[in-house]
Amino acid sequence: MPIFGTALLALCLLTGLGLGRLIGAALGLDADIGGVGLAMILLIVLGDGLKRRGLFLGPEESGVTYWGQMYVPIVVAMAASQNVRGAIGGGAVALFAGLLVVLLSFGLVGLLAKSKGNSEDPS
Amino acid sequence: MLESLLMKNGLLTAFAVVGLAMLLAQGLSRLSRGRLHGSAIAIALGLIGAALAGGNNGLADLPLLSGLGLMGGSMLRDLAIVATAQGVRLQEFARSGWIGALSLALGLVISFVSGVLVALAFGYRDAVSLTTLGAGAATYIVGPVTGAALGASSEIMALSIATGLVKAIAVMMATPFLAPFIGLNNPRAAMIFGGLMGTNSGVMAGLAATDPKLVPYGAMTATFYTGLGCLLGPSLFFMIIRSLCPT
Repeated sequence: MPIFGTALLALCLLTGLGLGRLIGAALGLDADIGGVGLAMILLIVLGDGLKRRGLFLGPEESGVTYWGQMYVPIVVAMAASQNVRGAIGGGAVALFAGLLVVLLSFGLVGLLAKSKGNSEDPS
Repeated sequence: MLESLLMKNGLLTAFAVVGLAMLLAQGLSRLSRGRLHGSAIAIALGLIGAALAGGNNGLADLPLLSGLGLMGGSMLRDLAIVATAQGVRLQEFARSGWIGALSLALGLVISFVSGVLVALAFGYRDAVSLTTLGAGAATYIVGPVTGAALGASSEIMALSIATGLVKAIAVMMATPFLAPFIGLNNPRAAMIFGGLMGTNSGVMAGLAATDPKLVPYGAMTATFYTGLGCLLGPSLFFMIIRSLCPT
């Protein structure tokens, strides 16, 4: 049943967020430290383990897949509910930071891609 | 009557409105002959809508569209992001070898550092804003996830999303033109490219316009980028920034 997949997903997220809060509190911060990332690791590990035991099949998986496929629409809704007008004054930051990182990364791709071990490259 | 119906069922209204926006974005993507990925256009539409509406919560401040706040709120957003980790095979990543891991680590550090430096240059000084803007230079997901975890303001979150969006669009547009100059014509280079750029929609659309055969290789490493970014952004990177500027 798909709800089992969604329940697993929700439990992983709740556990991750809880751990993130605990780590935050341990560091004296009122913040969630890495909770979403921890939840992803939990889902990968638990999902893989359950699948090997044959407990996480197509129907169960679809309860997770659906939410994964909703991610772009949800990001659109998130973008639409931010204080964008307040941010426009600082818009140049977004432009500069976005372009700078792309420029640097392209340079690095060139360096790494042409590094040794590329002898099988036909061109 | 219709208005109260739509308001009472805010989340459903939001699903319908976002669905229409995605449809429009797909149409616009086709007009660009796929050069601009539909998801980037849709996110841009969302930001434009929020800018036009004004207010602290963008379009969600309009009573009719208040459901957008629930749909795009931290609860469902985190659920959807974690769900994308499903089906990730660590074995696949191992196949890309040390060069995959190196490009992934370098990609995250470079994005983060350049984002923080630009934010510093523009006068941002508090650790939460700096970390959120730096994370936005990774992807438009890592930014808001980090910002929400650390309690950043909505303006900073919007800037962080916009930074990730600029990056994604720049990667989409520039990749086909720059590919010949950086040796991006084989699977190994595509894996390095995916790990360094990280922005999923940018990597996929950029590689598709360069050579569709390379898309799965770039996607293989890029998939790990957002997850790793969500893990490191609000933890290690925040700790480093906080120890450097203790405000």
